[in-house]
Amino acid sequence: MKNEALYNYVLRLGDDSLILGQRLGEWCGHGPILEEDIAMTNISLDLIGQAMSLLDYAGELDGQGKDHDDLAFLRFEHEYRNALLVEQPNGDFANTMMRQFLFDAFRKPLYEKMLASTDKQLAAIAEKSLKETRYHLKHTSEWIIRMGDGTDESHQRAQTALDLLWRYTDELFSETSDDQLLISAGIAPSMLDVKAEWSKTVKEVLQEATLVIPTNNWQFEGGRRGVHSEHLGYLLAELQYMQRAYPNMKW
Amino acid sequence: MVTKDSILSWLEEVCDPEIPVLSLSDLGVLRDVSFVNEEWVITITPTYSGCPAMKTMEDDVLAKLKSHGITNVRVELILSPAWTTDWLSIEGRKKLRAFGIAPPEDEVDKSVLFASPTVVPCPKCGSRETKMVSQFGSTACKAHYQCLTCLEPYDYFKCLK
Repeated sequence: MKNEALYNYVLRLGDDSLILGQRLGEWCGHGPILEEDIAMTNISLDLIGQAMSLLDYAGELDGQGKDHDDLAFLRFEHEYRNALLVEQPNGDFANTMMRQFLFDAFRKPLYEKMLASTDKQLAAIAEKSLKETRYHLKHTSEWIIRMGDGTDESHQRAQTALDLLWRYTDELFSETSDDQLLISAGIAPSMLDVKAEWSKTVKEVLQEATLVIPTNNWQFEGGRRGVHSEHLGYLLAELQYMQRAYPNMKW
Repeated sequence: MVTKDSILSWLEEVCDPEIPVLSLSDLGVLRDVSFVNEEWVITITPTYSGCPAMKTMEDDVLAKLKSHGITNVRVELILSPAWTTDWLSIEGRKKLRAFGIAPPEDEVDKSVLFASPTVVPCPKCGSRETKMVSQFGSTACKAHYQCLTCLEPYDYFKCLK
């Protein structure tokens, strides 16, 4: 039971990284400036690297000989466990940065607390990924402040992005009853603690950016139980094309 | 008779495919060489999670040892302890600079004391009048800088603690 709970937990982490990495990769060759084109694809590469570690570990826990490629390319939409936030379309640059900022501010405290996990492999992945995530958060925080506290247009675009994406943030902190087993075993950190730190970072940065947190707090959820927005299907069609068209192909 | 030392000296010739002046041990990616159950185990760790050079490094290690007749060998990838630029050798830092890449500067204390960006001297002319062009560069491990004295654009090997 604990293994199944851990499998589901690791799969969620891996899917968040994979889907967001794929989304960011869509900017390759389309960035507003060359430096940001490179930045977004660098962050994408880190996320896909983290997804490889996480999905390999999920495959190991599953015990059916699956590796990261099997899990990334050969599941159907309802089998993905990523949060709705990470599958949302890129939109404009402000929207992409806001999505990334809200996610990085969540991942950093999550990994920090996961360093103390009693599960050695999870702690090792957190140790590796944390260093990368800190750098991402620094980059996205700076952009949120620059755009929010920038021109009228950049401010308006950043505020629009925040208004649009805020409704997907609660889901990042959702816990299943299985997660409680992992938390009491010291394997997974409590999401309440993670959310407290997330809120602090988000408030500080948004205040500096002169952006306002939406007062309408209607929240969406579904991704964690495989119920996704329409956007994920299109993303997967592109992500999986080669493996579906040429099964078992290798580079 | 093959010893750990002979393996280590052969592996000195295996370089980072993206920064060919650095050996895997200069880079701190090569963590250990051991002999377990009649098999050589070469332990390496990635610089960044998604470093696309890892597979090439693994293949190059195996090819190098095979050229010395060693086939009972496997490469093991570990994530913890996580790689840090502190593991870049002194020799490696010199080689980087000579190659035109600024080696990592200790960024931690400076940001606390002065809260200003780290000074990254130009690897070509040594000037300290330089600016960061982009926090991200040509590979995951680098950022992009430009010298304001000689105007040379250059890569900076980011400090990672």
